[in-house]
Amino acid sequence: MEADSVTASDHGPEAGPTGPPLIELRQVTKVYGLGTAEMQALRGVDLRIGQGEFVAVMGPSGSGKSTAMNILGCLDNPTAGGYWFKGVEVGGLDRDQRALLRRHYLGFVFQGFNLLSRTTALENVELPLIYRRTPAGERHRRAREALAAVGLRGWEGHTPGELSGGQQQRVAIARALVTDPAVLLADEPTGNLDSARSREIMELLTALNRQRGITIVMITHEPDMAAYAGRVVHFLDGLVERDGQPGDTR
Amino acid sequence: MLWNSLLLALREIRRNVLRSILTLLGVVIGVAAVIVMVTLGEGATLAVRQQIASLGDNLLIVRPGQHMGPGMSSDAPAFEMDDVQALRRDIPALAAVAPAATQSITAVAGNSNWSTSVIGVDDQYLRARSWTIAAGRSFTGSELRSGKAVCILGATVRDELFGAQDPIGQRVRLKKISCEVIGLLEAKGQSSMGSDQDDLVLIPLRTLQRRIAGNQEVRVIYLSVAKGRSPERAQADAERLLRERRHIVAGEQDNFSVRDMREIANMLTGTTRVLTMLLGAVASVSLLVGGIGIMNIMLVSVTERTREIGVRLAIGAREREVLMQFLVEAVVLSSIGGLLGILLALGASVGLAGLLKVPFVFNPRIVAIAFLFSAAVGVIFGFFPARRAARLDPIDALRHE
Repeated sequence: MEADSVTASDHGPEAGPTGPPLIELRQVTKVYGLGTAEMQALRGVDLRIGQGEFVAVMGPSGSGKSTAMNILGCLDNPTAGGYWFKGVEVGGLDRDQRALLRRHYLGFVFQGFNLLSRTTALENVELPLIYRRTPAGERHRRAREALAAVGLRGWEGHTPGELSGGQQQRVAIARALVTDPAVLLADEPTGNLDSARSREIMELLTALNRQRGITIVMITHEPDMAAYAGRVVHFLDGLVERDGQPGDTR
Repeated sequence: MLWNSLLLALREIRRNVLRSILTLLGVVIGVAAVIVMVTLGEGATLAVRQQIASLGDNLLIVRPGQHMGPGMSSDAPAFEMDDVQALRRDIPALAAVAPAATQSITAVAGNSNWSTSVIGVDDQYLRARSWTIAAGRSFTGSELRSGKAVCILGATVRDELFGAQDPIGQRVRLKKISCEVIGLLEAKGQSSMGSDQDDLVLIPLRTLQRRIAGNQEVRVIYLSVAKGRSPERAQADAERLLRERRHIVAGEQDNFSVRDMREIANMLTGTTRVLTMLLGAVASVSLLVGGIGIMNIMLVSVTERTREIGVRLAIGAREREVLMQFLVEAVVLSSIGGLLGILLALGASVGLAGLLKVPFVFNPRIVAIAFLFSAAVGVIFGFFPARRAARLDPIDALRHE
């Protein structure tokens, strides 16, 4: 739907669609611990991500990128500042409300795949639909479609132990996709994969972004992987240090 | 929500078959123990009832002296045949009045001998004590009146003295007299007190009095109350009559006792019932231990599945959905354990009832209670681990190694 306009504008942050951005962080701070043990993970982050963008988040460990991702993923609340998701202030939501937000709008892909062991690929992909109470018939159909979309048609009955790392990550992506989320949050999705497998996963994510218009926010350490994104956000010491196109990184 | 939790829980149980089986084993054993104990206990109670019924219906036992416990009775004169006649004449509510006197004698037949109780009786004894003749015949009136040397053997005595031979018409020596065997009693088996009821020889009372004991004493009178008549009334009437005949003045203690078998029956069944409850209580401790086992495994499982719980939370599971999943998992496990326990218990109860020779009593109530108890164990012991799972922080859970 919006995929064409997004690809045409080549993901530039200033070239994003008009109207309120999908994700907006304003002066977000996050403090862990109390008193002398206090640790400022974020010290006033401003970030806007538009519908259909593919954003890579980079930065050394301790730079606050994971904390920022947790807040974007509605897994954590900011200590101060505001987070608007689709124009809704997330900071004011309680645990269960944030869970519902995740259930309906967010998809997660992790470095360690985090599939349920001894559970078939199909059942893994069905899991988010179970929490959405999708009826069994539709659940099976959509899970099959999602697996087909990541190139795993015919592997539905295999358990994670019977799949390669790349295939496992594809199952995880299918699990994130099956609910048609507005945003897919990926935390080092290629961190456990070799370079050939990494490229395949990145191509898959790029295709999903271009063809389906799914907004993707991805943490990565590797500039090669960040190069697939339309925009790279660098974190340093709890602040956004640089925000631009992949070419700007070096 | 419940259906969803059930779906998730069943998938989880299927994922870890071995762990699930080990978890529910405790409940299986607990439930089985409770049911087996209670079933056997109730079987024993029924056995006691049946034994007491076999002693005779509506039986009153009249003995001289006050019975104060096993082997302890105050000294008092025995009854006489006149007392028996008076009871027969004056109390119409009595269907049978059977006088008896007992001697311990070694019975000899051929090369065999056997120490047994020889009971002198008259023609109402069999009726009062619910004995039936298995073979041969009972005493005739003339045999009773003249004190002839004839006897009827209990099953044990017959086995000991004659083995497989037919004893009818043979002779048994009791002290100085040689009695002809005219009949055999139907076996009754062991009494509720554990004594062998078939270890006896019946001879006419007069034969015992004249030719063995050498006196006219009646040591015990069995009274059988007619159907439809009040045993309490009959007991009171008998007591009043005997007080009169034994010249006991008002205010003086009886020097005899009239006991209702039902009193003894109630006392004995009461004892076994208390014992049943005690056994059931002890067995339910094992069910408790089974519940702790479930809690233990569920806690391990929560720790082991922390990352998975993190994934579920990230995917959008709410706190109460995770709680429900683990709770339902525990309840399903314990309920399956309960069902298996019931099956095991029924098998074991039938087997043990046969082995211990008590009747098998199927009690659907205790089965239902045990099952509900097992489910409750799941709820109680599953709650703590489930809450721990539900309260995990998704970020920490996802990072958990």
